[in-house]
Amino acid sequence: MSDIAAVSGSSGGPRPEHTSLLNDTEFLESLRRQMLKFATLQLSDANLAEDAVQEALIGALKNAGSFAGRAALKTWVFAILKNKIADVLRQKKRMIDASSLLREDEEDEDFSALFDTKGFWQAEEHPAAWPHPEEALREGEFWLVFETCLEKLPGNQARVFMMREFVELDSQEICATIGLSISNLHVMLHRARLRLRECLENHWFVEGEKPC
Amino acid sequence: MLNCREVTRLLSESQDRTLGLTERMTLKIHLMMCTGCRNFGVQMDTLRQMARAYVKGAGDRHGKQDE
Repeated sequence: MSDIAAVSGSSGGPRPEHTSLLNDTEFLESLRRQMLKFATLQLSDANLAEDAVQEALIGALKNAGSFAGRAALKTWVFAILKNKIADVLRQKKRMIDASSLLREDEEDEDFSALFDTKGFWQAEEHPAAWPHPEEALREGEFWLVFETCLEKLPGNQARVFMMREFVELDSQEICATIGLSISNLHVMLHRARLRLRECLENHWFVEGEKPC
Repeated sequence: MLNCREVTRLLSESQDRTLGLTERMTLKIHLMMCTGCRNFGVQMDTLRQMARAYVKGAGDRHGKQDE
């Protein structure tokens, strides 16, 4: 909620900066790449992803003049892209083979490395307290780690995680879209979060530059 | 009594649905005794904040604020 306030606060009236946004090819290209990565992971189809990104970009850039700066434009572009992706996913309903989703996920993953046979944390896998996570959000390098960790998730776990957390679909909507039962969805999200937090902890919060 | 694996599952699910009273109570008792799961629970909220920030373009700013 504080996020929303911050965004609406920063997207006030037009400022001189906006004219340069459209000419900033480096910014636009990096934005496009990021959108494409996001859309490709979501849709697992390069052509559909490319189409969604093009449409979202064109739609947003028509109004580029009314954005206060890069962040405001980017927020808007991603909001449009998220809607486009949600539309495509709804159309693609049932095209994803739900049984293959489960098969991949049911292979017993290496969570025995995390938990002992009784289901308690292995000594060295105890989640640590993350020092100052809000500071990490402001560091460019952190986001590289974040992206890398996301890419290391099994494809289907990454997809449901992104549907839930990036596209902000609710559980019912995700289940309806990809034909998954709610309990299977919860299993996949649990695994995705277990992996993601472990990866972030190992590569940033514990062995990162910050002393404990 | 729930083990850590089951507790992390509930903590994850609490991001996606409202837990029942019994679930919340058992969770609470486990969390009082287990720092690992307590940290995990805090990190579930943190992950969500990260995802929201990422979509808003935090990853592309590289330290430069927009204003």
